Amino acid sequence: MSPPSGPEQQFLDKLAAGRFEIQRCAGCGKHVFYPRVLCPHCGAERLEWMAPSGRGTVYSTTVVRRKPADGGDYNVCLVDLAEGVRMMSRVVSVPPESVKIGMSVMARIAEGLVEFLPA
Amino acid sequence: MRGSVAIAGAGLAGCGEAPGWSETEIAASAAKNALADAGLTTRDVDGLVIASTNIFMSGLALAEHLGIHPKFTESTMVGGSSFVGHLIPAALALNAGLCDVVLVAYGSNQRTGVGRAEAGKYKAALDPQPFEQPYKPFNPPTAYALAAARHMHQYGTKREQLAEIAVAARKWAQLNPEAFAREPLTVEDVLKSRMVCDPLTVRDCCLVTDGGGAYVLVRAERAKELPKRPAYLLGVGAAHWHRQISSMPDLTVTAATESGRRAYEMAGLGAQDVDVVELYDAFTINTLLFLEDLGFCGKGEGGAFVSGGRIAPGGALPVNTNGGGLSCVHPGMYGIFLLIEAVRQLRGEAGARQVKDAQVALAHGNGGVLSSQITAILGTQDTL
Repeated sequence: MSPPSGPEQQFLDKLAAGRFEIQRCAGCGKHVFYPRVLCPHCGAERLEWMAPSGRGTVYSTTVVRRKPADGGDYNVCLVDLAEGVRMMSRVVSVPPESVKIGMSVMARIAEGLVEFLPA
Repeated sequence: MRGSVAIAGAGLAGCGEAPGWSETEIAASAAKNALADAGLTTRDVDGLVIASTNIFMSGLALAEHLGIHPKFTESTMVGGSSFVGHLIPAALALNAGLCDVVLVAYGSNQRTGVGRAEAGKYKAALDPQPFEQPYKPFNPPTAYALAAARHMHQYGTKREQLAEIAVAARKWAQLNPEAFAREPLTVEDVLKSRMVCDPLTVRDCCLVTDGGGAYVLVRAERAKELPKRPAYLLGVGAAHWHRQISSMPDLTVTAATESGRRAYEMAGLGAQDVDVVELYDAFTINTLLFLEDLGFCGKGEGGAFVSGGRIAPGGALPVNTNGGGLSCVHPGMYGIFLLIEAVRQLRGEAGARQVKDAQVALAHGNGGVLSSQITAILGTQDTL
């Protein structure tokens, strides 16, 4: 328990400081998201933080329907990063229903969250 | 394990709406009905199994309520599939001689009691999911919508084909006087219903009801002495690969591929041997994925398979004969109802919806968001 906080809190602290980082296993070389204590691929303990390229592809997408009075419809999607990990996120700046599977997207940090723009 | 234990009694309580009833009271009522069905009383029960999303230490609560001092108590909680999965520890305990009569029960008042939205707030506070929750998935529908969208993209599955699944479930429900939703439903009705999370409309989503169920598991020799025809456990298998949808490796392939294989291997049977199929249909996409993953059709062929009323009454494969979670009952966790319907079909007690000469029934439970997959195969005396 040497670091001052767990990997989840470290990730959130980095994000709050404007940095989007994921883990990479020093044992098997695979990338890991969400942040873990052990590599879920090989069990090794040496997970190192790295900055991903930010490039991704929409793996699946949906429009969550919401009353206009409550803020209207919005996008929720799964994005596969170029590093081979998947994350839940949203694609913004386009109408939610125009987000398509296979779309190339680029990460940005907004309101303390990782979200994506069409690339 | 094959054939060593059997379900000797099954019962329902509070299905639909049960205003004014607590969750433990609903579970206890179902337990009473299941025990009466088995020709037993609470005095005979020495093993108790329950899972709950809301009741803290539910095994203690139900034992206290029923006045049971169990030798064996078990509360594995892996979502809605739990009660199918409970067959495994219950059978192990019976076969090890730890106890003689295991009561498995569930009760929920999610429709008329503490609402889902309110309960969700408490759960989010106690168990935050910081890698999903900030994006406001409306779960569970969002997770299943993502799976449906991916299946449509990858295999050309059509919304009309998903809608056929809802229509088939409704047609079965119309044959079941205990089903909650029995009014006519067409493919067009499903497509034109309110969209919840694209591509799923509200009619692609299960009911939100109250309800409870229970079953009694005993060793095979004991089951033969009890009044009802035993439903023997022929095979059971469990698997899970993720909890959150964002961690599911492939949204078109569930761990049912693995749980099903294990259950078939134990039973010495395959999909072609199954007479009646009960699949955990929290959403229409579930039925389609499980038909594929359990070997009733090939991967990607589920849409074509369910077309033309194949899984509806009169079709080639009877699926979700009580009306399923889509049209019969769905009180948060549906797993126990799969087994109860399977037992009724194997006994020949299912009335207008009875599948002729049903000897082998498959009950497949799903928990979480396509996460926990547990397959059980039950059979009559002739299948031993």
